[in-house]
Amino acid sequence: MSEIPHLLVHDHEDTVGVVVVEELEAGTDMLVCITHDNSTFRLKAEQAVPIGHKISLKDHKVGDTVYKYGEDIGRIIEDCAKGHHLHTHNCKTKRW
Amino acid sequence: MTDFSNVMVQGYRRDNGHIGVRNHVLILPLDDISNAACEAVANNIKGTLAIPHAYGRLQFGEDLDVHFRTLIGTGCNANVAAVVVIGIEPEWTQRVVDGIAETGKPVAGLSIEQNGDLKTIMDASRIAKEYVHYATELQREECPLSNLWISTKCGESDTTTGLGSCPTVGNMYDKLLPTGITGFFGETSEITGAEHICKERAINPEVGERWYEMWKAYQDDVIFAHQTDDLSDSQPTKGNILGGLTTIEEKALGNLEKIGRTSKYIDILGPAEKPKSGRGLYFMDSSSAAAECVTLMAAGGAVIHTFPTGQGNVIGNPIVPVIKITANPRTIRTMSEHVDVDVSGILRRETTIDEAGDLLIDMIIRTANGRNTAAEALGHREFSMTKLYRSA
Repeated sequence: MSEIPHLLVHDHEDTVGVVVVEELEAGTDMLVCITHDNSTFRLKAEQAVPIGHKISLKDHKVGDTVYKYGEDIGRIIEDCAKGHHLHTHNCKTKRW
Repeated sequence: MTDFSNVMVQGYRRDNGHIGVRNHVLILPLDDISNAACEAVANNIKGTLAIPHAYGRLQFGEDLDVHFRTLIGTGCNANVAAVVVIGIEPEWTQRVVDGIAETGKPVAGLSIEQNGDLKTIMDASRIAKEYVHYATELQREECPLSNLWISTKCGESDTTTGLGSCPTVGNMYDKLLPTGITGFFGETSEITGAEHICKERAINPEVGERWYEMWKAYQDDVIFAHQTDDLSDSQPTKGNILGGLTTIEEKALGNLEKIGRTSKYIDILGPAEKPKSGRGLYFMDSSSAAAECVTLMAAGGAVIHTFPTGQGNVIGNPIVPVIKITANPRTIRTMSEHVDVDVSGILRRETTIDEAGDLLIDMIIRTANGRNTAAEALGHREFSMTKLYRSA
């Protein structure tokens, strides 16, 4: 891959990806790579998001399940639109 | 793929057949109040190492069993050449000495009551000096890589551990477990969210069921029994959340990447328990706190620890070299002195997981041959006893 990806996604079923570059700015036309098969697509980052944090790949509504590794990682507690920062302010564990 | 089955390392072959990669002379306190004497002996005799800790008085039942297993297991570890045990009284001191003596290595016990610190320190120093002469004459010799016992536990995890450093460890296990190494993983609370996957990674349904019962017991007896409102102040940790991990499920799924794609665990160990079902991968019931977990796995017999980190954990262990692996380029930039294996190329898609696994195996070989890890060079010697409940 000649261009370094901005966002990595584990599996095709996932609804979030992980920012893997520092100082990602709002408006960036991100190269997104799905690590499962190295396929790529592009997505606009709607917000500046720190390295390691997640960006939503779809419009999540309250109550939706978030998928990563193809697995359930929690539920949405505040709407999170595609391209936005998805973290503890809008997503919570189902365990406790 | 490289064949690792015939790779040799320069290790210490102990009398009980176990292979060590370090050669420590330990001054081991039975209890908290014997720490001062142990540290004085280690100060007197160069080339010895005291490992002070916080407990050892008025413990009972299963908690006391874990205490003894941890001390005896630490002394038995193949990275240890000889041990001087110091305790406040002779009986429990002797119990630790007897446990370590089964390995055939030199071990002596001294007790402080009716002797005082000064006489104990003098007597212990004379013995420790002889042990240093003994240990320093032992030679490294060719030993199969496949005979090593290698543990793993991750810390200060973030989303990059699940993408890079944990799958790197998993790839190492997928390559080395078939050659015959013995492996350890654990962190009972941190499997929460991936327990359905972990249960399926047992060698057979019976082992998987026992694993699930152990995990469930921890949930019921500890987590929910002591829960206030929400464990998200603890799991994920504040550091995990700063690094981008949102939920325990997300953390658990990344954590479990450490056992790779094909590896299966063959049995379950209690805290600090030694493997007894032959070569293979074991799950040890253990805390997810780094120092406690590595201490327990070292007591179980692991001689090298592989430690994936995201945000940058700095942990070491007094007797086991801890190899740090990270894929996070910011951590490489800000705290490179703590990193032994840089796998940040995985995030740039320049390095494959397979290549990263080979990089880690190369570092395991170099560490076994004597290379000091970052944690060793920086003097990290965290020895943290697990305590199950209040003392009497």
